[in-house]
Amino acid sequence: MGSALSSDPAYLPPTVRRAAKILVTGHFAVGKTTFVRTLSEIEPLRTEEVMTRAGELVDDLAGVEGKTTTTVAIDFGRRTLSDTLVLYLFGTPGQDRFVHLWEGFAHGALGALVLVDTRRLADSFDVVARLEDMALPYAVAVNHFDGAPRYPDDELRQALDLLPDTPLVTCDARDRPSSVRAVIGLVDHLLLHLPQEHP
Amino acid sequence: MTPVPGGRALVRSHVVTGGRGTPSRNTLDHVTLITASREDVEGLEPETRRLVRLCLGGWLSVAEAAVHLGLPVSVTKVLVADLVDSGHVTATAPAAPAGAPSPQLLKDVLDGLRALL
Repeated sequence: MGSALSSDPAYLPPTVRRAAKILVTGHFAVGKTTFVRTLSEIEPLRTEEVMTRAGELVDDLAGVEGKTTTTVAIDFGRRTLSDTLVLYLFGTPGQDRFVHLWEGFAHGALGALVLVDTRRLADSFDVVARLEDMALPYAVAVNHFDGAPRYPDDELRQALDLLPDTPLVTCDARDRPSSVRAVIGLVDHLLLHLPQEHP
Repeated sequence: MTPVPGGRALVRSHVVTGGRGTPSRNTLDHVTLITASREDVEGLEPETRRLVRLCLGGWLSVAEAAVHLGLPVSVTKVLVADLVDSGHVTATAPAAPAGAPSPQLLKDVLDGLRALL
């Protein structure tokens, strides 16, 4: 039989029918894949996303034959949260050249968690600014690296130009409880800011 | 996240999808859950047949199916859409369609996360 059958595809529990998606973003080497790996119940998988050189995500292959394309690998993991619900976490690159790819991933996502490295704060400015421009809600998690400087929250908020109600937490992407708490901070924020259905 | 210089040749993707680039339905995304609803694979193209056989094992997301088949997600969506149309594959509706997710979904996610602590 085909090779795809002999590998273990790690299917979902048979009663799971709902899938939620959260994006884990941030600048290069901020710990996105580590974070995904820490929370995932499976070894993180790597998708192939086809983009044009202009950075546009190819979700529709029509007409791309003549364009120069590039393939970007996106790491993702999953965590079953109940008998019926699974959460997928996608480590989505934050660099400007991936902006269109980013927008494709944002569709249907609950929100985004922005990882920040205090040694490279300036690298996070673009990521946070872009999230402000998009409709997707987000929370910020400082991924604390050993030996990295620690700043008071108000200084970080000011440096990153965060809105007063944007959650700011500190985590260690290698540590599960602290990474879970970072995602909880995001989802708490989402629940508090639900649009009113019946104004 | 690793850009792959050159990437996979798109010629192959077009062969796989019979030259078509657009999924026949646009409700599919990376986390749409799919499973097989028919076992007969006669008459299907090889890649489509592999996808049905993969789905016979249970439920998984479109993104996972793509990785297991070694295909780009965009190509996998085209194949899944065809198989939903032909009745070979069942796909769930999006849990969080465009716009705000439901309070119930967020609460269930929150409860599930808290249970991990």
